[in-house]
Amino acid sequence: MKVEIKVPPAGESVSEATVSRILKESGSFVQVDEEILELETDKVNQVVYAPAAGKLELSVKVDQLVKIGQSIGSVDTEVQMPAQMPKAEPTKQAPKIPQPSSSAAPSARQMPADFLAAPQKPAPPLPKAEEPAQPSSRKKMSKLRKTIAERLVAVKQQTAMLTTFNEVDMSAIIKIRTKEQESFQKANSVKLGFMSFFIKATLAALKEFPIVGSMLEGDEIVTPTQYDIGVAVSTERGLMVPVLRKCEELNFAQIEKQLADFAKKAREGTISLDDLKGGCFTITNGGTFGSLLSTPILNPPQSAILGMHAIIKRPIAVEEQVALRPMMYLALSYDHRLIDGREAVLFLVHLKNNLEAPARLLLDL
Amino acid sequence: MNYEVLVIGSGPGGYVAAIRAAQLGLKTACVEKGLLGGTCLNIGCIPSKALLHSSELYSALGHTYAIHGIEVQGARFDFGKMMERKKGIVKSFNQGIAALFKKNGVTLYPGSAQLTSPTSVKVLGEELTAASIILATGSLPIDLPFLPIDEERIVTSTGALSLPKVPKRLLIIGAGIIGVELGSVYKRLGSEVVFLEFLDRICPTLDGSLSKAFQPLLEKQGLVFHLSAKVTGAKIEKEEIRILYEQQGASHQLSGDVVLVSIGRRPYTQGLGLEKVGIQLTEKGQIAINGRFQTSVPTIYAIGDVVDGPMLAHKASEEGVAVAELIAGLHPTVHYMAIPSVVYTNPEAAGVGLTEEETKKLQLQTKIGLFPFKTNSRAKCTGEEEGMVKMIADAQSDRLLGVHILGSHASELIGEAALALQKGATALDIATTPHAHPTLSEALKEAALALHGRAIHR
Repeated sequence: MKVEIKVPPAGESVSEATVSRILKESGSFVQVDEEILELETDKVNQVVYAPAAGKLELSVKVDQLVKIGQSIGSVDTEVQMPAQMPKAEPTKQAPKIPQPSSSAAPSARQMPADFLAAPQKPAPPLPKAEEPAQPSSRKKMSKLRKTIAERLVAVKQQTAMLTTFNEVDMSAIIKIRTKEQESFQKANSVKLGFMSFFIKATLAALKEFPIVGSMLEGDEIVTPTQYDIGVAVSTERGLMVPVLRKCEELNFAQIEKQLADFAKKAREGTISLDDLKGGCFTITNGGTFGSLLSTPILNPPQSAILGMHAIIKRPIAVEEQVALRPMMYLALSYDHRLIDGREAVLFLVHLKNNLEAPARLLLDL
Repeated sequence: MNYEVLVIGSGPGGYVAAIRAAQLGLKTACVEKGLLGGTCLNIGCIPSKALLHSSELYSALGHTYAIHGIEVQGARFDFGKMMERKKGIVKSFNQGIAALFKKNGVTLYPGSAQLTSPTSVKVLGEELTAASIILATGSLPIDLPFLPIDEERIVTSTGALSLPKVPKRLLIIGAGIIGVELGSVYKRLGSEVVFLEFLDRICPTLDGSLSKAFQPLLEKQGLVFHLSAKVTGAKIEKEEIRILYEQQGASHQLSGDVVLVSIGRRPYTQGLGLEKVGIQLTEKGQIAINGRFQTSVPTIYAIGDVVDGPMLAHKASEEGVAVAELIAGLHPTVHYMAIPSVVYTNPEAAGVGLTEEETKKLQLQTKIGLFPFKTNSRAKCTGEEEGMVKMIADAQSDRLLGVHILGSHASELIGEAALALQKGATALDIATTPHAHPTLSEALKEAALALHGRAIHR
């Protein structure tokens, strides 16, 4: 029986994908759930798995554009793995030599004729004195990169984005982390990071200023009743924003565990579209790379994004004295069409107050 | 017993395939009817290189040393000791392969293997099954009907590597690579060595101009070549063996104490039960394979001398690795353009890629760069000034098509060229690569520059 392989659904807004890599050649044998090929959509790379065990037949090539639901090949379940092949009777009739041309599997033998037929680099021009060589290399933009580029430009053009700044004294949080790190890790098998504090503080500020977590849809303002917060993660393929769902129901340990899980998935390239969907607010931490101050760009259709930065000891005024404190600049970029300066600034001040006095988080302030 | 991979033959193709398969986690066995290591190790590359070096050291005493102002008197050699040393080297390699099999978990079955089905063989009455079978049975010397091989007076390379004493007169039929190597060994040790070659040049697989330049260098050492000579018969007498041949329409004869027949090798396909499972052969008697080394029975693969291509140990090893990786589901590539071929005489000759004759046959537009070793500074210092480097590149793209070296250490110098061809490098890539000074390798750089009319030292 032949089991059809279809392009799996890849989220609401995705209708097509590009075959980015073929992991199992046509004609080879696959096991159930073995990785067959990789699809690249404008959101994420997704692996297609074998629906059954048997001989694989693929009807697509690398770089080919496919539609969601389209058939891209089949698995013939009646052809068994060679390893399980029963001892065959000596063949009566000599079978034809399987020629490379007749089988879709690529040849492992690069003969002189293949060498000669392979595309050649054009003759390198002899470097001339008046034409200094410009060393550079070229490659095609990935679909993900292209989408990121288009969306960033669209945000700049279609929103009234601006950024407000504040700073936060991290002493209190650092103190908690230092003091409770060991017991937190022992209890939860995960490190207590800064991000869980920021998510908690953001949640409190969003509850206080719901407009910051709202979105414009046509001429309507949509305010979510559930707080899904995205955290930007940098990967080799580009920036991704996995979303923590129902943050209001998560404790510190649950947040840290989910973040660790996302970081692992991002590194391995196994983040799914479901992980990236939705969200009413985004946090991005340029501080991991040492950024002191930046103006993040909105993650549409969201209306605001919080930028965290590097923690650096700076002299500040504390009770009429100059003190050295671990300081972080905060940046909140927001869509001025929806959010007034007052809300944006107060949101950030609220966040700052909760981060400087984390006990407030306990009191739901 | 059941295996995932079963290799028949433990030559440089078979044993490498078995070890690679085991490395990849496949349960692997290897069947060998003779000694581990096959022709290369026991009766080919390895023993011949041992004797070539021993004889070269002795020969150098008489010729090369004097050039450097070193006088040696009363130098003698002990042929028995040379042979013992050779045997010791071979034995250590036999043991080495056995140890490698053990280390990698390859099970060895001594004995002859016959295929009984696409997934089973019989070895000494025992039935072994395997999902994949690799035929790596190698090749045998071709003989002549009127010269029955006894490996004493009428020998193949096998006998020539184990003669009890140095023959007074050695007659060699076939001036190919094996012939000129073994001829060199015995010439250096005092034999009169005469060649009868059917073609009009020696070492016909070499690039034509290399072959032409090579012959006088060997003749200078006392080797005698009769080219375009067709051997027609033989008279085997008690004292000597007389070989009858025709040259330019006239009949001639030559006699020798020992006759070496080195006219080529044929694939080893007999007694394996190929016909029983329906494995097809090519017109040349090789096992027919597709681009993935599969025979007409897809579970049975074949590599090395038993399939098409040059009969070289390293070619078989490359194929052995590739076939094991294919079976394991990887995607290997064997680059046939980058398989070097070497003649281990003095000087050596080595080539990789296409010869000039082959590029002409393919009607390729080429540029050729030549550089002689006599203007190479290192060669001058060591006195190894014979020979040259010849480089052939595509006229448009500058991509290298072939590199041919005649000269001392050509076997080592050819590695750079093989890498260049494997990578599709251009002549300019070689020309712009820094080469240490003074080295013989600079001749490669200069040949690449010469190809663009830019050689510095010419």
